[in-house]
Amino acid sequence: MPKRNYVLVCGGTGCESSKADQIFRNLKIACTEQGITDEVQVVKTGCFGFCEQGPIVKVLPDETFYVKVTPEDAEEIITEHLVKGRKVSRLEYDTKGSTKNAKVDDIQFYQKQFRIVLRNCGVIDPENIDEYIARDGYAAVEKVLFEMSPDDVIQELKKAQLRGRGGAGFPTWLKWSFTKDVEESEKYVVCNADEGDPGAYMDRSTLEGDPHSILEAMTIAGRTCGASRGYIYIRAEYPLAIKRLKIAMQQAREYGLLGDNILGSDFSFDIEIRLGAGAFVCGEETALLASIEGERGMPRPRPPFPAVKGVWNKPTVINNVETWANIPVIILKGGDWFSKIGTEDSKGTKVFALTGKISNSGLVEVPMGTTLREIIYDIGGGIANGKKFKAVQTGGPSGGVITADYLDTPIDYGTLTSLGSMMGSGGMIIMDEDDCIVDVTKFYLGFSVEESCGKCSPCRIGGRSLYNILDRITKGEGEMADIGKMKDIGLAMKKASLCGLGQTAPNPILSTLNYFEDEYLAHIKDKRCPAGTCKELISFHILADKCIGCTACARKCPTGAITGERRQVHRIDPDLCIKCGVCLETCKFDAVFVR
Amino acid sequence: MAVADGTITFSPALNSFINEWKVKPGNLIMVLHKVQEEFGYIPRAAADKVAGMLEVPLAKIYGVITFYHFFKLEKPGKYNIQVCLGTACYLKGGSNLVDELQGLLGISINEVTKDGKFSIEGVRCVGCCGLAPVLVVGEEVHGKVTKDQLPGIIASYT
Ligand SMILES: Cc1cc2nc3c(=O)[nH]c(=O)nc-3n(C[C@H](O)[C@H](O)[C@H](O)COP(=O)(O)O)c2cc1C
Ligand code: SF4
Ligand code: SF4
Ligand code: SF4
Ligand code: FES
Ligand code: FES
Repeated sequence: MPKRNYVLVCGGTGCESSKADQIFRNLKIACTEQGITDEVQVVKTGCFGFCEQGPIVKVLPDETFYVKVTPEDAEEIITEHLVKGRKVSRLEYDTKGSTKNAKVDDIQFYQKQFRIVLRNCGVIDPENIDEYIARDGYAAVEKVLFEMSPDDVIQELKKAQLRGRGGAGFPTWLKWSFTKDVEESEKYVVCNADEGDPGAYMDRSTLEGDPHSILEAMTIAGRTCGASRGYIYIRAEYPLAIKRLKIAMQQAREYGLLGDNILGSDFSFDIEIRLGAGAFVCGEETALLASIEGERGMPRPRPPFPAVKGVWNKPTVINNVETWANIPVIILKGGDWFSKIGTEDSKGTKVFALTGKISNSGLVEVPMGTTLREIIYDIGGGIANGKKFKAVQTGGPSGGVITADYLDTPIDYGTLTSLGSMMGSGGMIIMDEDDCIVDVTKFYLGFSVEESCGKCSPCRIGGRSLYNILDRITKGEGEMADIGKMKDIGLAMKKASLCGLGQTAPNPILSTLNYFEDEYLAHIKDKRCPAGTCKELISFHILADKCIGCTACARKCPTGAITGERRQVHRIDPDLCIKCGVCLETCKFDAVFVR
Repeated sequence: MAVADGTITFSPALNSFINEWKVKPGNLIMVLHKVQEEFGYIPRAAADKVAGMLEVPLAKIYGVITFYHFFKLEKPGKYNIQVCLGTACYLKGGSNLVDELQGLLGISINEVTKDGKFSIEGVRCVGCCGLAPVLVVGEEVHGKVTKDQLPGIIASYT
């Protein structure tokens, strides 16, 4: 029986880390105490995407959106809102301009979003299969089993023009048809949940918030391509997602939705979880296969592609979590419906992880073709702390930066590539005036060097040389010839590396050299870091006309570099200063500055 | 085998896990995860014992352990403080947290305090980028961490 009200508590990792579980339990206790358990149901859901403001509690049907809730607030939410009908206004999200009357649709963060992949995240209890089923869950697999032939499924995906969300954007229908067309009795379906791009977490949230959608989609692929086994390859760093997947698999087996003779048909399919172990390169599909087989995760040359020779050398369909999450919706609503969303080049939606110097960081799902400006300013609320936008980085260690001039570009696979970046998995990292482009680029190169498997020399040696050059530049030891050298090495790596890691590792350099050459030149020629980040190139000073001699900085300085009498101007001894920045943080009078 | 099986004891749960997985192809990484779950790292004697139980060469086991960052050859502190050094956390000062922790605990990254209580580790994105900078202790995630909070966080584990 439907309840009068539902109280949804976010159970995503972000909110769980700030006591969401205690909030959930306190809400339940309060309902029991008030004797309203028959009318009000408390549900723990997946991530709402608005992690920045967590923990989140949402009340239905009035769509009230409470943010930054504490366990102590739980009782008040129940006694005031759910018993007396009075909203707890101090917890409501403060939407700019309007009063504190936060209905979810009024919140800018959600207005431009369109949810296909995250349709159930923050809506259902991911540990309860009935809630998934109540929202058309497993209806797609039923349709595929009893109303569609494998070719029908492929046709529908072809109409949808769905492209892989793991980075490369390969047409999903084509990949499936390769595997389907191989004559072989043993085939496999694999879900790539390695999510290695540091700064992207859409796969994690999808698995935590809607695990059944992945199981259903993999089963559909199994039926379509003729596979009876699947693997989910997931990072060991995601314990909550692993736990929810295990629960979901158990429930699906009990309901006859996984295992022998699914829904009484002649089709049998089951899934096993395999854990990654902290190697970024294992997200690359051939390395991933090696890792499933229990080996060191080294890529191998393609062809043969996994679609033809995959796990145990058998034909294998590998898709990314987000790709999978689209499948059941396409089956139910049709490829034509799906292909109306998005741009000519890219259909459907994309989930982005908006992070860095943005006001509202979180997960956003928007139609392909949404502009960066809409994502960063309308949804993300602009740059945090009133700073100036500098660039947005997409595609992680394989991608590049996009500057303010291009904020109105509608984004899809094609436009991002033509701007010298790429879609990647959907990390979107916002940088402001305080972020040094050379330093961030060095960070990405450092990542790629550390994660290179070392199998081929262009990547192993080239990556290291690029990193060393960047390191020298950030220390003020760069030379003009370095710019040409980096371009040459980068282009060679792109051509000669064996796998995508080495082929794309130079992208952050090539892209930033293109848009921010002057910043490189400032480091190389003027020995200056314009953003004030690179320690070797900056020095700390105290402005005589601003310092009131409060002594705060001198007391905190770890090396005793600051001297001065009370109420007298202080000064910093450059020989003792280790550039830790504590004085800058400490001074309340803006007297400390960096040069 | 040079080292006798008797030098280390596996819990019954670990033994039965290994026996269950023994027949499955590609089991090595899954078994090593379980071993690390039990000991907090992979002791030499445990690697020996796994080699015997799964009938794979020890060299292969070490090949796998050293390839994957997640596996540890040294025993971490009772509370291993993992500081996220992914992009989002890096931009928000994750590396400053490492510096501060090193100072507070008097150890370097990847070292253990003398009493065996704490160790510091730098990790890649833990998937809570919305809360950057993030650190993880055991299964507990701390988000939007500032340097000032670190002494309190450390104290909460003693
Ligand atoms: C170095 C490297 C890392 C990758 N990491 C991931 C990853 O973490 N997750 C993912 O889904 N795909 C990743 N990919 C892409 C996969 O190789 C593969 O293209 C993808 O899983 C295919 O699924 P899709 O067609 O659904 O995108 C990576 C590729 C490279 C070269
Ligand atoms: S490009 Fe790099 S990661 Fe890829 S196979 Fe070569 S060395 Fe390994
Ligand atoms: S930057 Fe650090 S070391 Fe230098 S003067 Fe300021 S507080 Fe002292
Ligand atoms: S904290 Fe600022 S105002 Fe106070 S002594 Fe230091 S520089 Fe001067
Ligand atoms: S984890 Fe709660 S909103 Fe993302
Ligand atoms: S970058 Fe630190 S949690 Fe993602």
